Amino acid sequence: MDNLMLILGKPDNIPIIMMLVLFGFFTWLWWREARKNDKLIREGRYCELQAENNDRIFTWPYLARIEFLAAILVMVILTVWSIVLDAPLELPANPAKTPNPSKAPWYFLGLQEMLVYFDPWIAGVIFPTIIIVGLMAIPYIDRNPKGNGYYTWDERKFAISTFLFGFFALWIALIFVGTFLRGPGWNFFAPWDYWDPHKVVAMVNVDLHQFFGIRSSVVAFLFGGFVVTAYFALGVLYYYWKKKTDFVQKLGAARYGVLAFLFLCMMGLPIKMLLRWLFNIKYVWITPWFNI
Amino acid sequence: MQAFLNKMRDSVTKTQVWKSVFRHGYEDTPRNRYLQVLDNVWLHLHPTRIPRHAGYVRFTWCMGGITFLLFLVTAVTGVLLMFYYRPTAEYAYSDMKFLEFDVPFGMFLRNMHRWAAHGMVITVWLHMFRVFLTGSYKPPREFNWVVGIILLTATLLLSFTGYLLPWDQLSIWAVTVGTNMARATPLLGHEGPFGPELGMRPDNDVRFVLLGGTQVGPPTLLRFYVLHCIFFPIFLCIFIAVHFWRIRKDGGISGPL
Repeated sequence: MDNLMLILGKPDNIPIIMMLVLFGFFTWLWWREARKNDKLIREGRYCELQAENNDRIFTWPYLARIEFLAAILVMVILTVWSIVLDAPLELPANPAKTPNPSKAPWYFLGLQEMLVYFDPWIAGVIFPTIIIVGLMAIPYIDRNPKGNGYYTWDERKFAISTFLFGFFALWIALIFVGTFLRGPGWNFFAPWDYWDPHKVVAMVNVDLHQFFGIRSSVVAFLFGGFVVTAYFALGVLYYYWKKKTDFVQKLGAARYGVLAFLFLCMMGLPIKMLLRWLFNIKYVWITPWFNI
Repeated sequence: MQAFLNKMRDSVTKTQVWKSVFRHGYEDTPRNRYLQVLDNVWLHLHPTRIPRHAGYVRFTWCMGGITFLLFLVTAVTGVLLMFYYRPTAEYAYSDMKFLEFDVPFGMFLRNMHRWAAHGMVITVWLHMFRVFLTGSYKPPREFNWVVGIILLTATLLLSFTGYLLPWDQLSIWAVTVGTNMARATPLLGHEGPFGPELGMRPDNDVRFVLLGGTQVGPPTLLRFYVLHCIFFPIFLCIFIAVHFWRIRKDGGISGPL
């Protein structure tokens, strides 16, 4: 436990604690507002929301005063924070002395934590690219005209639950694990564990083909390729299965393709996490050039 | 007494000099309220009137504005820090110590720069969170969401490039870990898929371009300094301008249609 308090108290990790509190609060606020609006809509009183939108107030003073107050509040918090907590400065840079563990800045620790489950070319290059491009693609994929300009849950269940899952489970939670639960050798340490640099971890990881007893490397290559292809083919199958539904009809083939690809890539992470934690499976597909 | 005070006030505010600077008082008339916004270069980013819910903190969370404020704080403190900091391996670390122990308010300056930067990362995420949950990326605001993602990425890169500058163990190894990913870039990194097949070596791949060497060293410090102090701030300013402009052009703050 002492160890956890030590890491929690590091000045660079204080922002993470603040972030967790803020996201907790704002998620609660969203939920409250969303339920309120959903109730209004259920009762057929959507026009009351519209009326608020059509009702104009003066920017001066009604918006300007909030902005000034917010600015003062933020500056006060920042000033107190800067007086109370000093920015870290460790020993001079020494390329010959690698700290264990070496960690990226906290906002990238989600990516560093992904390295446990994927090789660097996926976790460090492909996934960040897909995250950025995927976020940019959201407005062009989401064809649901409802829920534009007000908090809701009932009208956008798929969009919101996917976003919340990706953001909280696959980004914030991984930052938390990477910062607070990964010690020397990037080994997993429970909060009450001592960060022992000599922790012995049994090398029990196997690859998927070994799990199924496949020995020949050629068969393993074909098998892994089949599994990965089949995983993405699920998206195609789902398309033909649900082709007639309103959801797929509205999307169209191109948008559906992008959505399915992004969604399957995203779900690849929790799937590989489960495979690793439950079955010690490292790679699904091994080739001479890359491993997945 | 009251008459005397009024006379004193008038002797200041009813002069040509005062009137040439401040066009409006605080008269509580609709016309004056319009003009307060229209005639002020900072406030005129806003429309003169806004939908009622745009004044509710529970709707806007103020996060976009706070992110912008924190950006301004880092810009101001950053320029001040530049007076005391030399981006070379010989001097960088000792300049940090100089800031910490000799420069008046040097530590405070550095703290404020760092915490504002970390705060900006958090508030920009919260802003994205709010915009997503209100569905504000939906037509006609699709493109502004894309600009927002560019700004988010630039914020992270701005923060990351600044992380190296103290030139201590924390910064050099954090940046080493971060930039090591570049070796694995498909096609362009010497450890990435099909990289070696295309002739990528540690001394000619994309990581080498980024670091100016095969490991994080003095050339990297200079590169990150220039990226941090010149390239990314200008990049961010350009996209912030587009972002703000498009809010207005896309119909102001989103609301139930």
